[in-house]
Amino acid sequence: MKLEYTEQQNAFREEVRAWLKANVPAEPLKSFDTEEGFQQHREWEAKLYEGRWGMITWPEEMGGRGADLLQWLIFEEEYYAAGAPLRVNQNGIFLLGPTLMEYGTEQQKKRFLNGMATGKDIWCQGWSEPNAGSDMAAIRSRADLSEDGSHYIINGQKTWSTRAVWADWCFGMFRTDPESERHHGLTFILVPLDSEGITVRPIPQLDGLPGFAEIFFDNVKVPVDCRLGGEGDGWSVAMATAGFERGLMLRSPARFQETARRLVELYKANQQSADEDSNIRDEVMRAYMDAEAYCLTTYQTACRLMQGGKIGAEASTNKIFWSELDQRMHATGLKILATRGELEPESPDAGEVGKWLDGWLFSQSGSIYAGTNEIQRNIIAERLLGMPRK
Amino acid sequence: MDFTFSEDQLLFQESVRDFLVNEVTPEKIRELWQTESGRSDALWAQLAELGLTGMTVPEQYGGLGMNELDFVLLAQEAGYVALSEPLVNSVLVAAPLLIEAGNTQLADEWLAKMASGEARVIVGLEINKLVEDAHCADLLLLEKAGAVYAVNPAEASLRENKSVDPGRKLFAVEFEASTAVLLADGEQAQKLITRALNRGALGVAAQALGLAQRMIDLSVQYTSERKQFGVAIGSFQAVKHHMANIAFRLEYAKTPVYRAAYALANDLKTSSENVSHAKLVACEVADLAAKNSIQVHGAMGYTWEVDLHIFMKRAWAFNSNYGTAGFHKQRVATAIFNDGAQLGAGKTF
Repeated sequence: MKLEYTEQQNAFREEVRAWLKANVPAEPLKSFDTEEGFQQHREWEAKLYEGRWGMITWPEEMGGRGADLLQWLIFEEEYYAAGAPLRVNQNGIFLLGPTLMEYGTEQQKKRFLNGMATGKDIWCQGWSEPNAGSDMAAIRSRADLSEDGSHYIINGQKTWSTRAVWADWCFGMFRTDPESERHHGLTFILVPLDSEGITVRPIPQLDGLPGFAEIFFDNVKVPVDCRLGGEGDGWSVAMATAGFERGLMLRSPARFQETARRLVELYKANQQSADEDSNIRDEVMRAYMDAEAYCLTTYQTACRLMQGGKIGAEASTNKIFWSELDQRMHATGLKILATRGELEPESPDAGEVGKWLDGWLFSQSGSIYAGTNEIQRNIIAERLLGMPRK
Repeated sequence: MDFTFSEDQLLFQESVRDFLVNEVTPEKIRELWQTESGRSDALWAQLAELGLTGMTVPEQYGGLGMNELDFVLLAQEAGYVALSEPLVNSVLVAAPLLIEAGNTQLADEWLAKMASGEARVIVGLEINKLVEDAHCADLLLLEKAGAVYAVNPAEASLRENKSVDPGRKLFAVEFEASTAVLLADGEQAQKLITRALNRGALGVAAQALGLAQRMIDLSVQYTSERKQFGVAIGSFQAVKHHMANIAFRLEYAKTPVYRAAYALANDLKTSSENVSHAKLVACEVADLAAKNSIQVHGAMGYTWEVDLHIFMKRAWAFNSNYGTAGFHKQRVATAIFNDGAQLGAGKTF
């Protein structure tokens, strides 16, 4: 065990910091759940790509830096500390990208990865359906192979599809074998959202913005070369997408450590009124400790993976921990803001309320998406602890 | 940067775990409860033979010359079996205190005996009020009025107090300073006491991790066998979630404990803050493990006969051992609410 960075790691951090300092927009971008903000974020992705900072863990020939997981964590720390924009294409670069590298044909890699990296193609996910939420194996949307075998004809409906309103492509699972049940007979398919027969219905989220959408498929024709992996292999391809390394990339500790830091600042600036509630000081301290613990455990996991270790059901402990931490931190933040906590930041009498309300609203989704925390607890009990399924 | 234990450290953990699980069984623990001292010379000799009593004793005295980081996983295993022999305190608190006190005559006299298992050296810090295992001490190192003394047990008077945990032996110890050897006072004593306290708290934290794991294991086993409504009660989601809630928190209590061990082994400035974080979260998860485990054991968990209480009671006692939650929260608060505090992304290491 050696809990110090190497000289190379420190140098790498400096390089990241310098680039971000010179390039992070001075004015915060508009929300990527607005049309204008979406465009701004797309441009930011292009800028990251130009600096080769878009997806540093990708191989160099694909515009990345071949970075290891520790470099990734360092990059993220600097990224969040610099207050850089959220990643509008995270579905693409963090989830689909690595899956494409593993399961895609050479031709598919050539075709999709570059557009993903530059921000030209923004991706959304198509997993959930009205009757397939936590029970994802209940997917019913169908993709039928045409008689000449040249394309699939998709019919059905996907929902809760994040970023779908202005995205260019969708990836997800469809039932290719109508006789199949559960996780058999599903196929992973990439669908251009401008295809004929697709209707996207925006769904406003808690903040009123259309952050996700329903996607209706009415005889949508998709060429077979848009299939990722073999026909009927969708479930295993999708499980790779949901795997831990991807999870680690999606919610790296830096994000929560920065929230904890802001919470300490907020508490100190309002200590007198905050201390009227004797729990608040404890909550702030706990937020700091938990964010720190999340960082420590993530580093441990990254080191293990780099040494050839594998990760299993522990990924579920990670999802529960950060999502519930995020909710607690924002709840405490709002308590400290007291009567100003409910005010939209631009309200004339809100003062400096920061992003606590927005963060609170978003944190509500954390224990639901990517497998509810109840499902995660079942996974821990059954797969990590070996408790009986029935 | 490498947040993993070495192959050797993991192998040592494995062999110590095997030994302890075989030798320190609940049956043997119950037998020892019936004895006057509650301690076993035979077991102590076996621990010495494995090199454990001399883990932190320098090699020149026949010890292994290892540090907190080498021992932390072993302390975890000691917790897993609710070991009552004063091993963790001896390795983490007594030997380092004897070394750091700088009295070469005493060090020469006792360190080799500690390593060989011939002698038990017991430390009493005022934060614990009572002294654990004073009755089996061959030498006492005691804090009194801001100073640290070496006390011959023959010169001390002991008054036993009964703990809820029959495995813990607690004593009020009185002695006259005039009959003892003054090891340190003033600032030097404070330094020694803080370091001893940090190591003691690390030992408790590491054992708490082991206790939590043991209670999970007992509860998973019980709920997989116990049937109601025609099925194993462990198949019920409400029962599963009680267990999952311990398990995920345990994952996030381990790394703070390992980081604290690293900080102590490398004498980092953040040691006190890191130890307090570790002690808080490790004791909390052991406490939660006790709460949820008795619940899923049903009435069985409330009995003396079922083994769960051996571990539950140790966890309860540990809550305030080597510093209450209040004490440790205060130390974390001092560190993070300080104006110069380095917080946020990229500031952990």
